[in-house]
Formats: sequence, structure tokens, C-alpha cells
Amino acid sequence: MVLQASLKNCLQLSCILRTPKVGFRSTTSGSLIIQSTSDDVYQNLAVEDWIHDHMNLENRQVLFLWRNSPAVVIGRHQNPWQECNLRLLRQKNIKLARRRSGGGTVYHDLGNINLTFFTSRKKYERMENLKLVVKALKALRPQLDVHVTDRYDILLDRHYKISGTAAKLGRTTAYHHCTLLCNADKFVLSSVLKSPYKGIKSNATPSVPASVKNLFEEDPSLTCEMLLDAIAEEYATQHQTDHHITLINPADETVLPGINNKTKELQTWEWVYGKTPKFSVSTCFNMIYKDSVLDVKVDIDIKHGRIEVCNIDLPEQWLPPAVCSELVKSLTGSKFCPNETTTLTATLLRVCPQDAELQSRWNLLCENMIMLM
Amino acid sequence: VCIHRVRSYSGIRFIKSKYVCVFDKSALKFSHQQRLFRTSAVSCGQIVQFKLSDIGEGITEVTVKEWYIKEGDSVSQFDSICEVQSDKASVTITSRYDGIIRKLHYNLDEIAYVGKPLVDIEIDASKGVSPEEDVVETPPMSHEEHTHQEIKGHKTLATPAVRRLAMENNIKLSEVVGTGKDNRILKEDILNYLAKQTGAILPPSPKAEIIPPLPKSETVPAAPKDRARKIPVPVSRPIVFSGKDKTEPITGFHKAMVKTMSAALKIPHFGYCDEIDLTQLVQLREELKPLAQIRGVKLSFMPFFIKAASLGLLQYPILNASLDESCQNVTYKASHNIGVAMDTEQGLIVPNVKNVQVCSVFEIASELNRLQSLGSAGQLGTNDLSGGTFTLSNIGTIGGTYAKPVILPPEVAIGALGKIQVLPRFNGKGEVFKAQIMNVSWSADHRIIDGATMARFSNLWKSYLENPASMLLDLK
Repeated sequence: MVLQASLKNCLQLSCILRTPKVGFRSTTSGSLIIQSTSDDVYQNLAVEDWIHDHMNLENRQVLFLWRNSPAVVIGRHQNPWQECNLRLLRQKNIKLARRRSGGGTVYHDLGNINLTFFTSRKKYERMENLKLVVKALKALRPQLDVHVTDRYDILLDRHYKISGTAAKLGRTTAYHHCTLLCNADKFVLSSVLKSPYKGIKSNATPSVPASVKNLFEEDPSLTCEMLLDAIAEEYATQHQTDHHITLINPADETVLPGINNKTKELQTWEWVYGKTPKFSVSTCFNMIYKDSVLDVKVDIDIKHGRIEVCNIDLPEQWLPPAVCSELVKSLTGSKFCPNETTTLTATLLRVCPQDAELQSRWNLLCENMIMLM
Repeated sequence: VCIHRVRSYSGIRFIKSKYVCVFDKSALKFSHQQRLFRTSAVSCGQIVQFKLSDIGEGITEVTVKEWYIKEGDSVSQFDSICEVQSDKASVTITSRYDGIIRKLHYNLDEIAYVGKPLVDIEIDASKGVSPEEDVVETPPMSHEEHTHQEIKGHKTLATPAVRRLAMENNIKLSEVVGTGKDNRILKEDILNYLAKQTGAILPPSPKAEIIPPLPKSETVPAAPKDRARKIPVPVSRPIVFSGKDKTEPITGFHKAMVKTMSAALKIPHFGYCDEIDLTQLVQLREELKPLAQIRGVKLSFMPFFIKAASLGLLQYPILNASLDESCQNVTYKASHNIGVAMDTEQGLIVPNVKNVQVCSVFEIASELNRLQSLGSAGQLGTNDLSGGTFTLSNIGTIGGTYAKPVILPPEVAIGALGKIQVLPRFNGKGEVFKAQIMNVSWSADHRIIDGATMARFSNLWKSYLENPASMLLDLK
């Protein structure tokens, strides 16, 4: 329904800004509600970046509505190894993104809606935004018991978290975004947000786990579209602007010049993994080889997502010391990444002594190392 | 005249002369200024303490999460200095001044306090003063060489950085409407003025961003920005040619490749090339493609090439062998684990199809599909990538005819397949016909393989492919 009405109004963003009566630096409020036509988390995060960097929000505010296909989104200063089950993400083809705002890790899918409130730096006010959301929910379904906590969460029935918040402040502009669980897959959510990696020591921002619930569970008649529409309506009312939602395509360079570069940057390994604050992994694991069980102790320091220092403590002479030191030397400086390590160790194997016993030991050790990543 | 600190360093003579001339100018400047602020008279090298400004929402402390600059770096006004975090909000702190960073007051993960110094910046006097407040100037004595600007008797308020921007773009400050406090002209006003001039708010070209040049929040400024531009340009985008050499360490997978290829160099290679007429195979594949599709498998030419190679290896097992390091023993490998070179984002990786000698063409195709999808997802396992005994590289899918492939140790042979071209050839009757020609380039280890063996293997492989029906005779 929302989409139908807006299709007619799918105008270029530049035209919107250049409102007919006044120039760009208009003093009238002209707040804007926009919705993304894409469900790609990187494209949508790029739109946030674009608006943050390019729009003059001195006299106007913007509400951006978006949804993503399955993705895990970590905060700017977080450690993905600490926050989620990367192995499971890869298996299930769930994307991993790092946003530019702070805060904790969230799981997005099409049953979750995202709202971003753009304002000037001076008008940054999270509580107001969340109260707006609660007001919209209550207008839609008065019986809903929803309220905002002082941690900027929205709770359902005083207990279940249905929304989490994060924010980004720049020099002149700021944005506050939050999630809202309508009908997300809670099973996948809880399994991907559980990290299996042991022995991580890190100063990265930790997430605070919470019990979650979908609004759909409270009232099965609710859909994401209804929630988006209700929130847009409340926003329009409060900002004295038209309740019409402009659709934008996050791949359109003519409307958002430079957007594709932003999208690409968000997808690079250097951004997603490389921006992890320095951390270390100190752990041990057992390897079963033929009839014996071996204890291996590993200490790895990781900076910018790459192995800075690596120590592998193996039982004496299980692998010739030359071979072992070759492995450690090659791992140093390499990405803390299973794919990189797999190809690295397979390639190195070509120049190791061609002894079947040695090779199977090497493969066993390498596979276990890869499990840590 | 306010007291200010002079930073002295090794080039003392240099400072002295500069100090003298600046002082002269400043003296003149004083007599004309209406309002005087803290740092008006400067010598070069004045250290200013840049304090952490108010974050909003009553926040008094934040954690420093990332520094974008380090001590000694040059910064310009509006460059990003660091990223701090407070209660789920990530804040980019940008510089108020142009200058050189002299001290960082906090380490990573330390708590920083609003209102307390964050960094010390050495303001470069030769590039103009950047005081905290605006300097109201009544030129013509401004040492910025900017002409007298007045609108309707009002003096124009603007920081020196803004004035410089206006001057560079040939803009009269009197024609710009200021939107800052007291109608102060801000950088954005200059840029909006320019935007109006060029008739676009959001220009279609991604390069000509009229909106304020972004503080590059994610990259540390690599080189000091050239602020002393003399030639005014009509568009505000700084046209800086930043072509610099970039040195990166070789790490990880690439480091391993260096080792492997260096070892490969030790193998005495010889090459043998030939051309194969694939006309019949092309036809055969067209017929079989839909059948494979029904079974959910994409059928390319590779499964045929691989199976034919395996049939050839049965006759010439020396090509599927391995020479030990001391070159004392040759090991004839029982399994034909045929590697297929794959080009991925990382580079060249070579997964292999195991035991081709007991696989049907369909099974090989199916396995190739699996390896290809894992390869593009970056999820190949160690087992897929090790144990290869012979390799084929289908470089022809990218292009090329003849190649000179490098043997991958511990193997002893490799084949590179060029692209399939439609070329005129003579048939048995002497007539010209359209032939589908592909070139193959073999390389082998001359320590244990001789040219004749390679040639015979190649001829056998070629005969299977030129006349696919003959494969039926020898298929196991």
C-alpha cells in the first residue's frame, strides 16, 4: 500500500531538495521521509553514509526506512569473532556488515525494520525519536505495552527487547538509527549471535544480550508494512510535512553520486574485519591423531584483522621444527581468515617434504587452526 | 599583545628570520583590527590545545576508539582526527585548525573528557592564523591579500580558511549570504554559492561533489595537503594529483605463492604445444548439455579434457608422478587427482578432482560444479586444495592461445588450454571447412620426462578429443 502511493512520487532526491518555492538553503522545514527499494545491507548502510556526508540538515530532517535480507550487523568498534558465529554465517550465506555507528550487534532479516533519524548535530535527540516510534505503535495498536528504557531500548511487556539503538555523530550532522522486530526469525537470530570462539581477549565494545520478541507474536495481524506506515505517519505529523514516502534506489548514481563507492567500501574485508580493534586469541584444543590425543596450545595476536604474532605449542617433534616454523612465519602478517589460511597452507604444502605421514599431520593441524577463525 | 608560546626546534636560524617578518606584518595588522583575539599575533610553531568539544546529551566522557592521525601528521581544518564512543554513539572528531599534530593526549581505549585537551596542534603561521573566534578584518592590510569586502556597510565575518576558499574560487564575499551566527560566512555557504553558479545541487558526476569536501573519516591523510594554491579554479573540488608509489608487504597466501613458484623455478621445464580440432566435441557437448542440465549439472568442456587426460595418464603414468627432493626416487601416483586452475578474488587457486580414473564425465562435471561454487564463495577446504597429481589450466576462458605454464610442485606436468577459435582448415578432401580450434601448451619436468613421452601423451589426448567416440573404447 505504501509502495503504491509512493511509486508515483519516486523523484530524484535532487529535485526534492530543490523545492520549487525556495532554494537549497531554505529556511522552511521540508522534512523528508525516504524508503530504500533495496534489501542489501551494504547498499542501505551506504545510503546512510551518503546522507550523513552530503545532505545539509541545518533546516531539515530526514527519516530513512529500510529492511535487509538476512545479515548480521556489528557496531563500529566491535569484534565479529566475539559477537557472532562466523562459521554459521558463512554456511547459511548470511552477510556480515560493520556499520559506522557505535553500539552492539544485531541480526536483520526481512521481518525487522530499520529506522534512521537524520538531524543536524545540534538537533540530535534520541529519546524524542524513540518516543515517536512508541507513539506510532500505540496509535496503531493501543493495547501494546511498549516503552522506552533509559538505555534507549524499546521493551515489549516490560521485558522483551523489540528495538535497539545506535548513533553516529559527525561534524555538522548526526543520525540515530534503531531496529524494530516485527516478524524476524528468532531461531536464526539466537544461533548466529552466539560466538563459538574461545579465548578471545579484546577491548572491543561488547554486546549486551537480551531476550527478544517479535511484535507479530503479540499481535499476528501486524506486518512490517503497517509498522513502517504508522511510523512515517507519526513522523510526518510531528514534523509538519507531507506523509508521503519517497523511494530511493541505493544503486542510482544520478540521485546519489558516489554511492557505489561507499557500498563497495562497506563490503571490503579491510572494513568489515580489518577495523576490529586489536585482540588476542589464547586457547588450546585437542587433536586426535591415529590412536593418540594431542594437546595444542595457541596464542595469536591480531591487529587490523591480521595475525601479528603467532605461537603454536605442539608436542615435541610431532612436526619437524622447520616445518612448524615455516607455518608460523607464513601465518604472520596473513589475514585471520579461514579462506586465506586454507589457501596459504595448501600452497605451502607443495614445498614441504612429500611424506604422507607429515602431510596428514600438517593437514590436521591446519584444519584445527582454521577452526579458530 | 597576548602572550604566546614559541616552539623552538632545530632549525633555529630559520625560525628567527620568519619570526621577524611575521612580526612586522602582525604589527601592522594590529593597528587596523577592531577586535583582537587570543592568538592574533603568531610566530610559526604555535601550539594550540584542541579541546574535546561538547558531544551533546549532557555527556562528559567518551572512550577514544581510533586515531586517524599520529604525532607529526599534517592536518587541515575539518580533517578527521579520531573516533570516540559514548553509549552506543560513535562520534567523529574533526580538526578545527590547519597544522601539525604534536601530541595525542590519550591512548586507545582511554577515557577522554569533554572540555579537556584532546590533541596539541602546531599552527603553521605561514599559512595563516586560525583563531578560535573570527577575525573581523578591514583590509587592505590583511596579509591574506584579499580585497576589501563590504556589504551595505557591514563587514563580512569569515574565518581565514573560508576567505582563502573564496579567494581561490574568485568569489566576492560580499555576494555570499552567510548563514552562520551574525551572518558569518561558512565554508558551506561558499560551496552552496558555487553550486548555484554551476546550476546543480547534486551534480550527476560523482567526482564533482560540490558539498563540503568530506573529512575522510576512514583513511589517514597520506600526504600533507597543498594549501598554498595560487591558481584559482572555478570548481571547489581540490584537484590534487595524488599519484604516489605504494609499498605493501607480501603476506599470507601471496607469500606462500612466492615460495611455491620459487621452488617451481628449480624444475627444468620444457614445453610442447599443439592444436586440437574440437569440432566434433563441440557438437557432442551441445547434445549432452541439456541432459546434464536435467540432472542439475552444468556441463562445460573441462570434464572432457580432464577425463581424456586421465585416459592418457593410464598409458603414460610417468606424467602423474612425483620426484623426491633429492631426485633419487620417482613415485608413480595411483590416483589421478587432476587439478583445475581457478581464478578467484584472492588469486590463482588449484582445487583438484579426486580419482578421475574411476569417475565418469558426468561425475567429473558435477564435482567441478561443487568446487567452482565453493571457490567463488571462498569456502574451499584443505582436502580440495591438496593432493593434486596433474594440473590443467583453462586460461582460454579469459583469453590467449599458447601459454607457458609453470609446473606446480610436487607435480611433474601441467597443461594450459587456450581459447576455442573458429578457424579455416582443410579436410581430407582438400576442402576448406570451419573448424573449432583450441591450442594446448604442455610443460613437463625434463629431469624425468622426455619430449617423446610428452608428445605421445599429447597425441593420445588430442585423438580422444578430436574423435570423442574413441573415448568409449577405453573408458573404464
